[in-house]
Amino acid sequence: MTNVLINAPKTARRGELIELKTLILHPMETGFRPGTNGGIIPRNIIQRFVATWNGTEIFSMDLSPAISANPFVSFFTVATESGRVAFRWSGDEGFLAEESVTIDVV
Amino acid sequence: MTAAKSSLQRRAFLAGVALVSVVAPQAARATPEAMAEAIKAVVGDRPVREGRVTLDLPPLIENGNTVPLSVAVESPMSEADHVKAIHVFNEKNPQPHVFDARLGPRNGRAQVATRIKLGDSQRIVAIAETSRGEFWSASADVIVTLAACLEELT
Repeated sequence: MTNVLINAPKTARRGELIELKTLILHPMETGFRPGTNGGIIPRNIIQRFVATWNGTEIFSMDLSPAISANPFVSFFTVATESGRVAFRWSGDEGFLAEESVTIDVV
Repeated sequence: MTAAKSSLQRRAFLAGVALVSVVAPQAARATPEAMAEAIKAVVGDRPVREGRVTLDLPPLIENGNTVPLSVAVESPMSEADHVKAIHVFNEKNPQPHVFDARLGPRNGRAQVATRIKLGDSQRIVAIAETSRGEFWSASADVIVTLAACLEELT
């Protein structure tokens, strides 16, 4: 149901600075727009994005309606150990999406 | 009716129009004051200095629905001195907040990129909070030709 794109290197040297890019399919409805029936379309946004590396939080972000539809977020991290980098998006109307990638650190 | 009188009436009318357009409340909008308040809620009474932060977004925006924005902060990102958080605010969207990102020494480089919506030409402010309790900021003025959230029903 949820479409997620993650751009991350498959392998990295220990201590290397890597960029993680994420994109998720989501309307990010602001709650300020009128709909076809004249009423306001209720807000439906992703509120929080969290990235963890082997369970340790490395980055998080609180989003607002001012983030574009299909939120793109990119950030940097230092490759410390081989393992799983997990990304989690949560938001209005019980929205929850999770995706993970494995990175080999050599 | 003399020409002078008609000119006066027109002037009065124009003055009235100008007054109404100034006084007419703008529908639920953040204002520079709302942004200042939102910044105060994050910063408190501590000083915010300009510098160290690079706020990168196009100066002329054709489509306010997706505006690429990147914030980078000069920081060693060590255990002792790193960027804890990056906050971005706007002046004229319905709400002053754009995003709050939390970082740590593991990030290595304090840089975050995303895409945002802009409802009008305005000033964007990015504030970085360091582990030493310092606040650094940068701002950028942007011109938006097609605003987000203005789709009219037809």
